[in-house]
Amino acid sequence: MQPAPVQEWRPTCTAAHRRLRAEVNRAIREFFFKRGVLEVETPLVSRCGNPDPAIESLRLAGGGYLRTSPEFAHKRLLAAGAGPIYELGRVFRAGESGAEHNPEFTLLEWYRPGFDPHALMAEVADLVRSLYPPEAAPEVVSTRYADAIESACGIDPLAAADSELEACARRIANLDGPLDRRRSLDLLLALGAAPDFPAGQITQIYDFPACQAALARISEADPRVAHRFEVFVGPVELANGYDELCDAGELEARFVDENRRRRAAGQEQVAPDARLLGATRAGIGPCAGVALGVDRLLMVLAGVSEITAVIEFPWERA
Amino acid sequence: MASYSTNEFRSGLKIMLDSDPYAIVDNEFVKPGKGQAFNRVKVRNLKTGRVIEKTFKSGDTVEAADVFEQQMQYLYSDGQFWHFMDPGTFEQLAADENAVGDGAKWLKEGDVCVIRLWNGAPLSVDPPNFVELRIVETDPGVRGDTSGGGTKPATLETGAVVKVPLFVNGDEVVKVDTRTGEYVSRVK
Repeated sequence: MQPAPVQEWRPTCTAAHRRLRAEVNRAIREFFFKRGVLEVETPLVSRCGNPDPAIESLRLAGGGYLRTSPEFAHKRLLAAGAGPIYELGRVFRAGESGAEHNPEFTLLEWYRPGFDPHALMAEVADLVRSLYPPEAAPEVVSTRYADAIESACGIDPLAAADSELEACARRIANLDGPLDRRRSLDLLLALGAAPDFPAGQITQIYDFPACQAALARISEADPRVAHRFEVFVGPVELANGYDELCDAGELEARFVDENRRRRAAGQEQVAPDARLLGATRAGIGPCAGVALGVDRLLMVLAGVSEITAVIEFPWERA
Repeated sequence: MASYSTNEFRSGLKIMLDSDPYAIVDNEFVKPGKGQAFNRVKVRNLKTGRVIEKTFKSGDTVEAADVFEQQMQYLYSDGQFWHFMDPGTFEQLAADENAVGDGAKWLKEGDVCVIRLWNGAPLSVDPPNFVELRIVETDPGVRGDTSGGGTKPATLETGAVVKVPLFVNGDEVVKVDTRTGEYVSRVK
């Protein structure tokens, strides 16, 4: 029997976790202030949505979307010459509910002109480690995506054929029905490799397969991979970063491809953000950017496995 | 046929997989930030009791299993079937060895059990969590030893054998937890 809503007025977050969030917010601002990264605020509501087929925006009845990340606004700021920037704010992703997901969550996103992905990965690790007592700060281990998958699943994710990846993913996941290359790779990382990332360790995975580039630049030295990375603490995915794609033509082509995949999957079309394309044409300049889930960070710091333990009023009782 | 979408998944939900009825034990939403969403579930096969892990693409649908639970009173066994009665309607049904399984050794006439029915046929029988059964055979009690840790086997009226403290005598009634098979107390 579900309790009546009137009895659900209480927050699901404890006093200790409420204090932890306040302390972490303060530490994040301090961290970036010391490094000369400027805090910015950009709109929660945007005219254009996110075409990424793996992410669904919440659409407002009066037109426009709740943002799924501040990425597009930040790139417009970079093109306007804002320099290194960060934002600590709420983002929204439709349908993402679970032990580690709440459809409304706090994202810390930042951009570093002139940084390469490895410099930015190091900065992510610095930030996370700074939130621990010095003696308890987690070790940092960096691994190429292909090496992480090969050692966990025994398959080379760059060389294997679609059908081989599918068979391997199907076996690991025990799943019926067809899998395309992207879904197979998602399963190999999420169920094959990540669960064994050691607790109390920061694991950085870099050089994602080109088909999972999202908005990262494809490597010139090895076009099979993209300059994209993810950061885990223990098995928990915390952050996703890119060496940003700055080529307007290529960006437009990615949006077209994303909408083609949306159509194939029966998802709504999302018009490309013309203002973002305008900014990209004007020139964003080489930079690396990363988005880090602050609620996940709090979960890791607090040692809890449910996101509701660090959120005052989760989706169901918001 | 009724079906469930993955966003309706919750523990206890009964679904069909490979022609067998299963109950969802645990449901986990798995989604890489830039990847597709999956539901990772632990499911128990209601025929064998075996728990397996399975993954669904979020948004997929699964056929519902026509499984429900009913309280019924145990009447008797004819050696091949165990007969139960609905105390409200007096309707009777017979469960075979596969359905009763190990629980048979706890069944005492008149006790109320939970019968799980699949398409109307008994799938499994849960005896009451606690049963009170008479000891039909055990070594004589050791007077005065009311605290020591020693135990001895005792055969109960239903044929089950449990470990009881040394001070317990034959012909006494004992309370047993059927989930663990452990002695709980003497019943005066």
